[in-house]
Amino acid sequence: MGNKQTIFTAQQLDAYQDCTYFTRKEILRLFYRYRDLAPQLVPLDYTNHPDVKLPYELIGSMPELKDNPFRQRIAEVFSEDGEGNMTLDDFLDMFSVLSEMAPRDLKAYYAFKIYDFNNDDFICKSDLEKTLNKLTRNELTEDEVRMVCEKVIDEADLDNDGRLSLEDFQHMIVRAPDFLSTFHIRI
Amino acid sequence: MEVFKECTDVQSNRSSYTSDESHDREEISHLQRHGWSAATVKVLASMPSRTAELNKSRRVRYQASSHESPHLSRPVKGASVLAEAEEINTEVRSDLSYSTDSNLCAAENNMDQLVSSLQGLSVSEGTRKLREMPLSLADKIEIRKVAFSLKTESSFIGRNIPCYTHLSMYISMTWRHCLFSCLPVFSSFKLWHSALKTLSGRYGTGVLSYFLFLRTLLFLNLLLFVITGLFLIIPQAINPPPSPKADFSGIELLTGTGYFSDSLMFYGYYSSETLPGDQYRMPAAYFFTIGFTLFIICIILVYRLSKSFGKNFQVLKSNKNLAVKVFSCWDFKVSKKISVRLQSEKISTQLKEQLSEMIKGEDKKTCMQQLHRLIVHLLAWTACLISIFLGTIGVHNLSGKNFNVKTTLNLPKDTELLVLSAVVSGINLLLPGFFNLCVWAEQYESPGTRVYVSVFRNLLLKVSVIGVLCYRWLESIPANGLECWESSVGQELYRLLVMDFIVTVLYTFLGEFLWRVFSQTILQKKRKPVFDIARNVLELIYGQTLTWIGVLFAPLLPGVQLIKLIVLFYMKKRSLILNCQASRKPWRATQMTTLFICILWFPSFLGTVVTIIYTVWTIKPSEKCGPFRNLTTMFEGGQMSTRHLEDAHPILKWLSWVYDCLVENPVFLFLASGVFLMVIYFQAQVVDGQRKIISRLEKQIENEGKDKKFLIAKLQDLCK
Repeated sequence: MGNKQTIFTAQQLDAYQDCTYFTRKEILRLFYRYRDLAPQLVPLDYTNHPDVKLPYELIGSMPELKDNPFRQRIAEVFSEDGEGNMTLDDFLDMFSVLSEMAPRDLKAYYAFKIYDFNNDDFICKSDLEKTLNKLTRNELTEDEVRMVCEKVIDEADLDNDGRLSLEDFQHMIVRAPDFLSTFHIRI
Repeated sequence: MEVFKECTDVQSNRSSYTSDESHDREEISHLQRHGWSAATVKVLASMPSRTAELNKSRRVRYQASSHESPHLSRPVKGASVLAEAEEINTEVRSDLSYSTDSNLCAAENNMDQLVSSLQGLSVSEGTRKLREMPLSLADKIEIRKVAFSLKTESSFIGRNIPCYTHLSMYISMTWRHCLFSCLPVFSSFKLWHSALKTLSGRYGTGVLSYFLFLRTLLFLNLLLFVITGLFLIIPQAINPPPSPKADFSGIELLTGTGYFSDSLMFYGYYSSETLPGDQYRMPAAYFFTIGFTLFIICIILVYRLSKSFGKNFQVLKSNKNLAVKVFSCWDFKVSKKISVRLQSEKISTQLKEQLSEMIKGEDKKTCMQQLHRLIVHLLAWTACLISIFLGTIGVHNLSGKNFNVKTTLNLPKDTELLVLSAVVSGINLLLPGFFNLCVWAEQYESPGTRVYVSVFRNLLLKVSVIGVLCYRWLESIPANGLECWESSVGQELYRLLVMDFIVTVLYTFLGEFLWRVFSQTILQKKRKPVFDIARNVLELIYGQTLTWIGVLFAPLLPGVQLIKLIVLFYMKKRSLILNCQASRKPWRATQMTTLFICILWFPSFLGTVVTIIYTVWTIKPSEKCGPFRNLTTMFEGGQMSTRHLEDAHPILKWLSWVYDCLVENPVFLFLASGVFLMVIYFQAQVVDGQRKIISRLEKQIENEGKDKKFLIAKLQDLCK
């Protein structure tokens, strides 16, 4: 099979293949998806590592993410600057973690970061409330939200400090067989 | 007011070691950072776990400088990214029995730790570990560069790695390159990728699992078809036996008789001698091909089943329903706006239901209500069982008359053969609808129970129908004195499959369309009906069972099933988009997929294997047609073929010796099953022990948390 593409060097493609859950073909397909978001910003030649970042507005307009209530958090977690502006590396990383083949622990780690709205490495009550409101589009009343948050922390908090750490979260995700199939975006 | 009381009760229950409520609430608040005094904060900041984080943040800046970019590779507040990697790394290193004294290392050593953890492993293991690290892609590429280049260098420096390891590493790397460049050939796994993506975007994971199941069955049938095609159909097609050909008229596509009855399609066509010009022994090929295909399918199904169970199995029964639900309920695949909205509604309904259950507590039903529910359940079950029984009796009687060419109705020639298959398909169509009605009337509380009950009833129906048909075919047909009973059975199976397909097409195009019109105009529901996943998957399993039984009698049947599945995919997709919408009820996709693969394995495939083995072992093949004519049983044909092969190639004698010693010797089978049972017992004990350890560790973590609270409180008091 000849390498007719000139976008990446062979070493770059190998590195991407080894560090993500994608094959060569998929990486190239993802590159074209990335480029389609802003053809004038993204060059066709990545051999000298150009420093190109797509703003969050473009990433959030992708059809896979457009209506997802967590799209902003997803973009923030996977972007280098924490603002949602993604380089190609961040883009590939994001879809690699969200692909079918990523293992449970890796997905749980990033899911934890997504649900941690204030970035303090703990899912506290306010983070939970924001998550619930996004999940239900603000359809639950305030009391219901508060009750659910308390029950969740009650159930999942192992060391009783009133908030969920990464270990609590991973411990709970082990009991969720559906997590692997729902935390998955097809690209 | 009650709700608030509930909340405070819930909060106070958590710290149960003191009885003073206000004291508890104070202690909980001690863990909130805004409650701490300056002295406390100073002491806490120098805790070992915090100082380790400081090292990591130093490392982030080191990484940034090596990248020659002005910004950090991940912001400092995300420094715990590397802390997590460190923790994961610690486990890895302890596995490799390196020192676990990671907290005292300087920042630069963190990179070396990650790299060294990869060095001791083979290339594939190292790649797997690298992919699992929760670092950014740029960091991973950096680590990979260092780790794998060190790997090649270090073979010459210091470490006495023998040169064959060095060579094998290069071989494995080049092999992986070749494999990945050849992978496009295997991209058949990406069949229908965009169609599945559209479907999952609109309807979610539940409906997607039906289509994935269909795709799996398609590949199984393709494999079956290719194997039988290569070894049976093509050799026989090249050397057709001399036989008079009947005329072709359209009805043969439905009945399988006439033109088709003496063709490659059915058992009767295949010759029982060596094919001229090729030295190809047909009976041997027939016997071994069927055996081989069943064996391969067995292995594939067991593999899938074990993988599915592995994903689904939980060591501990979880009572943490709400937390798990909140974090795993959002289906990220759904991308259509309306479906996203429906999903949010679904989640909020579920949460509200669970909350109301929590507040009200268990619904204490009165005696009368319980009795009423019991009576309703009994009635529904009796009705379902009676309907299944009646259907089975009907099929039994009808199939008895079928081969006696008695026509009570005035139907054109050969059409009376279709009556049985039409009746069976009709039963398969109408009774599941009746079961759905019963389940709706019974009003089960949990949606999970509802699905399981309806799947069970459906399964019972299909198992009885197929069971009765198999009984008919194997008991009474051979005794009927037909010229070629295997071909008749094959034709019957072909008719069943084709009729099933036609009825499904009619139902999908007319039935679902009409049901949508009916529910929207007459029932005045604002929403379109929902796709019944369980019923459709069981239909697929039914068709597949028929195909597997039929492989022995009609080798081209997998081809027919293949065409049927392809058409079914596009048809169902079209009908779904036109007539159905996403469900508002929750559907546990992983558990249901495991259940369906289980059903495919246990009643479906194992039943087929038992039937085929019974046929091969005991029933006398017909004398005038087929590869096993003039033999007592088909198995004898197999034995004869083995003997001929041994005579031709004496090397194979040891194979048959092995077979005689191991498979036919009961002592060996006893020993093997004894060993299996011991292994299973040990594993069960291990799992039990792990459960106990997990609960003890949970208790320990809770105690640590209590200690931490206590110490912080004391610290606060001392600092005042």
